[in-house]
Amino acid sequence: MLQQRPDVRRAVEADRVHKSVYTDPAIFDLEMERIFERVWIYCGHESQVRKPGDYYTLQIGRQPMIMVRGAEGEVNVLYNRCPHRGTMLVGDRQGSTGEFFRCSYHAWTFHTDGKLKNIPMMESGYEGTRWTRENPDCNVKRAARVENYRGFVFASLAADGPTLQEYLGPAKIAFDDMCDRAPAGEVEIVPNCFRVIQNSNWKIFLENQLDALHPSVTHQSTGRAAHEVELDIAKKTGHAPLSYHMLSAFATVTIDQWDNFQTLNYPHGHCILTGYMGLRPQDRDTLDYERVLAKAYGKQRKEEILSTNIHHVLLYPGLSVQSPLQQLRAVRPLGVDKTLTEIWHFRLKGAPEPIYRRALAYYNLVNSPSTMINADDLENFWKCQQGLTADGGEWVSFHRHYGHDIARDGMVETAPGMGTSEAPMRNQMKAWAEFMDKA
Amino acid sequence: MTMATGQSTKKRKAAAKPGNESAKRTKTTLRKNSSGSAAHQRTASAQEANAPAPADAHTLQHVIEQFLYAQAESLDGKRWQDYINLFTDEGHYWMPAAPEQTTGEGVPSIFYEDKNLMQVRMRRVQHPDAWSQRPLWGTNHLVSNVIVESENGKKDELVVRSRFHMMEFRRETSRHFGGSYVHHLVHTPDGFRIRLQRVDMVNAQGPFEYVLQIWV
Repeated sequence: MLQQRPDVRRAVEADRVHKSVYTDPAIFDLEMERIFERVWIYCGHESQVRKPGDYYTLQIGRQPMIMVRGAEGEVNVLYNRCPHRGTMLVGDRQGSTGEFFRCSYHAWTFHTDGKLKNIPMMESGYEGTRWTRENPDCNVKRAARVENYRGFVFASLAADGPTLQEYLGPAKIAFDDMCDRAPAGEVEIVPNCFRVIQNSNWKIFLENQLDALHPSVTHQSTGRAAHEVELDIAKKTGHAPLSYHMLSAFATVTIDQWDNFQTLNYPHGHCILTGYMGLRPQDRDTLDYERVLAKAYGKQRKEEILSTNIHHVLLYPGLSVQSPLQQLRAVRPLGVDKTLTEIWHFRLKGAPEPIYRRALAYYNLVNSPSTMINADDLENFWKCQQGLTADGGEWVSFHRHYGHDIARDGMVETAPGMGTSEAPMRNQMKAWAEFMDKA
Repeated sequence: MTMATGQSTKKRKAAAKPGNESAKRTKTTLRKNSSGSAAHQRTASAQEANAPAPADAHTLQHVIEQFLYAQAESLDGKRWQDYINLFTDEGHYWMPAAPEQTTGEGVPSIFYEDKNLMQVRMRRVQHPDAWSQRPLWGTNHLVSNVIVESENGKKDELVVRSRFHMMEFRRETSRHFGGSYVHHLVHTPDGFRIRLQRVDMVNAQGPFEYVLQIWV
């Protein structure tokens, strides 16, 4: 039976969207088909798969995929599916397959670029059939396109479309900012992935990431508790570790101050939230690091790198990057009301240990499964998802500071003093409607 | 909200200061039982290193178990300050991100908290605007398989292994976590205190549905 395609054009207006885009399973399926299984999706960092045969599995839209280091050192992205009977070639999340994949069902083997190596009884069993070595269907299907930007590997399941750099546009600064902060100009993975499931639609998470108004409301309990203890420690020892400030800022930066932040909104739904996190105190650790950085880049370039004014970059539709703290969250939608986030931390190559340690403190406190911050976000997300199923209203409002955004050079920036504008949500839904409208 | 409604007043008083109560009992029993037990050589040697006087291994086992039970009860009773008080001033609560980790320093951890961070966590869950804490939630800890060791060679420290199961009910949902504790205990004038508690959850490697709000 043919299912009626939802009419997504009527669901999005410039200043509001219809609730069904968060709750309708048919719209979710269409999102997977027209967004996640077409555009550039983050797979992982090349340092996750160091040696040939090292692999890591992931989900692109509804497709189980394998990111694997090939024999020539290239990173391949393959469908996790044996062409024989459809068996997943690997069942573990990560591992090493050695020189080839071997299906656990009938021992078909494949090279790490997906090409068929051998089928048992290839001569005796398949003679005269159309299943020959020359048949491309004998190989493991590859992602249509794979690109690597400064070590970050993306794949697109569509053969046509913009290149990765064209797609990311100015938002690729997320990776430049992260890598440039390393004296060696690159980062490497900290081999741990925190995974947290949100009982809400994937878009609710993205909208929250650049909602500069929510922290002082949602996170005030943790911000205040951290601030109290921060003051206690300062009284006793002179100064509290920076990690306390990372938490207390959620409460001590008041609502009107968040308006001084700014969002820069780009085509395809990408967005940058400016605002720096006080990561340049004049303590010894920071000054040591600045000296190493100056030695690597020269004083002027060092100054440019450390003055990059970024709090957060959102790369639509599935990646949220905090480059000054070297962490990112990849969004993997599991269903219309269920979303997995994979949370990673990176080490700045060549930077002194204390710089890694303070970013690690943020990773542990804010992004781990014991987070005192995201706990309250998850609560809100779940409540949103529940409330949006109700008949109490049809629309979700994105009116904050609407009409004041400044459009120039193909992007939209928030007006001075209006950083909490809901421009990022409007921008995301505009991109969403464009993606969804393309059959 | 208190989770201890089923307990008698007397028991609740005793549980209110788990550290102190265990400590008093430890000192008394250690002095009373000076004969020792040859049958429990390994534990006995641990005692010699740690206790002011030789004691019966069964007594030490009993005292340690009471200490662990009281700690678990302080969690289930939401007496967070009592829980924090069980740690030494430089003590840490650590839940590794991966079982092969050997230290909490410089590696990702699900929890790696000293007493200051534990204060933040406690004050946060007690704050009236901690939105995710508004629904009623409760936990039930069972602690078992308690084995007293002293394999790390530190003279002033007792190493105790145990297993736990924790069931949590929040809103409409039950969750189960199970795993092992390793307690590094030291004697203080106030009784046993925790220098390090390591918590390895068997299901720590899977994705978390929601998060962990408080120590397990």
